[in-house]
Amino acid sequence: MTTAGEPERIWADALLALRLLAQDPHGLGGIVVRAGPGPVRDAWIERLRDALGPERPFRRMPPGIGDEGLLGGLDLAATLSAGRPVTRTGLLAAADGGVIVVPMAERLEPGTAARLAAALDTGRAGPEGASARFGLVLLDEGRDDEAAPVALADRLAFRIDLDSVPPRVALTEGRAVEEPEVEEADPVAMLCSLASAFGIASPRAPILALRVARALATDNAAVTAARLVLAPRAERLPEPPPPPEAPPENEREETPPGQGEEREPAPPEDVVLDAVRAAIPPRLLDLLLAGGLRRSDARAGRGGRPEAVSRTGRPVGHRPGDPRRGRLDLLATLRAAAPWQRLRQGEGRLAIRRDDLRIRKLRRRVETTTVFCVDASGSAALERLAEAKGAVEALLAEAYVRRDRVALVAFRGTGADLVLPPTRSLTRAKRGLAGLPGGGGTPLASGLDAALTVALGVRRGGGNAVVVVLTDGRANVARDGAGGRARAGDEALQAARALRQAGLPALVVDTGARGGGAKAMAEAMAARYLALPRLDSGAIGAAVKAIR
Amino acid sequence: MPPFPFSAIVGQDEMRQALLIAAVDPAVGGVLVFGDRGTGKSTAIRALAALLPPMNAVAGCPYNCDPASPADLCPHCAEGGPRKAQKKPVPVVDLPLGATEDRVVGTLDLERALGAGVKAFEPGLLARANRGFLYIDEVNLLEDHLVDLLLDVAASGVNTVEREGLSLRHPARFVLVGSGNPEEGELRPQLLDRFGLACEVATPTDIATRIAVVRARDAYERDPDAFCAAHAKEDTAIRKRIEAARKRLPAVTVPDAALEQAARLCLALGTDGLRGELTLMRTARALAALDGAGTVTDDHLRRIAPAALRHRLRRNPLDESGSTVRVERALAEVFA
Repeated sequence: MTTAGEPERIWADALLALRLLAQDPHGLGGIVVRAGPGPVRDAWIERLRDALGPERPFRRMPPGIGDEGLLGGLDLAATLSAGRPVTRTGLLAAADGGVIVVPMAERLEPGTAARLAAALDTGRAGPEGASARFGLVLLDEGRDDEAAPVALADRLAFRIDLDSVPPRVALTEGRAVEEPEVEEADPVAMLCSLASAFGIASPRAPILALRVARALATDNAAVTAARLVLAPRAERLPEPPPPPEAPPENEREETPPGQGEEREPAPPEDVVLDAVRAAIPPRLLDLLLAGGLRRSDARAGRGGRPEAVSRTGRPVGHRPGDPRRGRLDLLATLRAAAPWQRLRQGEGRLAIRRDDLRIRKLRRRVETTTVFCVDASGSAALERLAEAKGAVEALLAEAYVRRDRVALVAFRGTGADLVLPPTRSLTRAKRGLAGLPGGGGTPLASGLDAALTVALGVRRGGGNAVVVVLTDGRANVARDGAGGRARAGDEALQAARALRQAGLPALVVDTGARGGGAKAMAEAMAARYLALPRLDSGAIGAAVKAIR
Repeated sequence: MPPFPFSAIVGQDEMRQALLIAAVDPAVGGVLVFGDRGTGKSTAIRALAALLPPMNAVAGCPYNCDPASPADLCPHCAEGGPRKAQKKPVPVVDLPLGATEDRVVGTLDLERALGAGVKAFEPGLLARANRGFLYIDEVNLLEDHLVDLLLDVAASGVNTVEREGLSLRHPARFVLVGSGNPEEGELRPQLLDRFGLACEVATPTDIATRIAVVRARDAYERDPDAFCAAHAKEDTAIRKRIEAARKRLPAVTVPDAALEQAARLCLALGTDGLRGELTLMRTARALAALDGAGTVTDDHLRRIAPAALRHRLRRNPLDESGSTVRVERALAEVFA
């Protein structure tokens, strides 16, 4: 029934989106293109370039671009060799009236994303406020948890997903979707109530949809606009008229207070709802059907990783570099330039070349993330879970002052969940903890695997990670979800050894009354072992501090 | 395109009230706006700045000095020479995420250092924001040391530069407006406390308001000039209200009873230090001035208390109730 899943229609919509963007790049903001590199994406980009025509700029943004490249300013190399200031135009101003293609948008640095967003809002860039009215094409190659920065994506009208389009379709024009006939009294009201029905919070979505509808200027333009702009942003499915069956027991209150009630005035027509629903990308639809987006999913992958070279912290020497991307170390620069002065024959003036410039090397205190891996199975008992939650909260409150972070993985039933991605937000932590259900088997191996993944992610981001496992060690569910104590135990030990190989400091808190599994696991993990039949957040806090 | 008119902003009453108070008395110490994306935070600040009467500034002064103020504070005006006045719009300066300290504070002017071999100061964002607004989106993601620095300058009104062999001070009085989403990380409590007012904005949840928001935006985009003209009268009324309030502010009195109520409120909430009381008094006075009242009453206190106090409560990670609820509970107790 997901007619939009048909590649021909997806492709037709992708082409329609690019034609609209070419008409008004700045007004519509741009397009997030989720697709791996390949012929389909190339074909789409080629078509966009054609639609823009040769006279309008079409720029590709180099990854890791700095401020001077984006906003313009002094051209250091040219200035130093010429001995007088030479400026150059930044990418944003150079793309005025056209489109900027951003490859690997999921890795975009937060600073760069913020500058792009500001230029989209104001239409200007650079110190002189040059006109920079461009559209953005974010090429998002993210997997699973990675995505283009939310703050930026929110400002762009379209999102397309080309992964399901085979190359042969990309040679065609696709097959246009037939819009349902609607009596379109008021497009504004219709788009707003649709946005509300699909749980889209940002007011930018209906505003962008309205601009698209005006640009289309066809019959039923509002329906097409809703399909193109609103469907890919859906955060929930509109309630079907008859309630099917009782909601599953672990369904949580996800809607912010006040959003659930009174969505009464003028419900959108069913045909329109269906048209939009049918246009929800299959991947997103599966997620929504599976119980809705978790807020954390929707927000994952915010703006790339922290910068590898710190711009703050305590100075620990210097290195060659551009002083506008760090802090000039004047003495070191002079020292580097001094031996060459005679050769360079400066006319009474110090001759400094680009290679002489030195910037300060800084070292920042590295953040530590404590990854809790909590046994939420039936054997660990619900009461334990509540105590574990208390311990996590207490540690979080402490981490909050020290600016450290906390993450929480819970395992129960057949698998493990990342309940709380690394955060120092109390708000988010509380919500994650409050909704944590308990009961079921003990898939210890899956839990440890998940904790390892999180910890390695933290480490990739330049932080330290420590793992705290709270369990009774009685694994009885294997990685594939099958029961069986023997295999589950073997796999758990295997997972524990993987943690040791990664060299992660770890602590195992044995919550079982009779020791056994947990102790052996702690040995396999080379972890500290703490037998604690009664959970006590103070004792855990002290033990965590000891391994950190 | 003229900026969106302030009077055409739909809803967000608390944020608008906080911004007006900061415009009347910049010394209240910054406004923190926490909430969802796309709720018009940046639009509201730009709109307010555009609505304010243009200021008199010394022509060519990078720090927007007031010709009436003493010249010795500013490195540009202190050099002497004619101080010609010029009308300038009230500046709104954006501080982008990932800005370096150099860009914010100002630094050695590389262009002149390399080109002419002159040691000169290149003013940073703080200089440009003097007498205007400094807007920081996602202030919660800003590096801590930068936030420290900003709050320090905002409180003292002077930016002291000691770096790269430069040593100078220049005036930097601005209203600091920070915005952010608490889901993405929080500010340290020490920093939170230093913002004068904190408000929460949320996406409107009822469809009627959402429709009104989209309609206003659409009308503005289709014909900005006509839209602004239609709201010019209301905008003018707000400007007059701000100007009148600024004049009245020094004369607004705070009766002892109001002081006592403020102290009792802060005591009931257990806020640390005296900053809570001081801000509560300052903001209540500005609010009274805006209302055209001569004295601060309980009503003013009650209306401003949530914004003035909600970010000063001691955090209790195990207390589930939000800070707004706690302030309201205390208000009900004290004003019973």
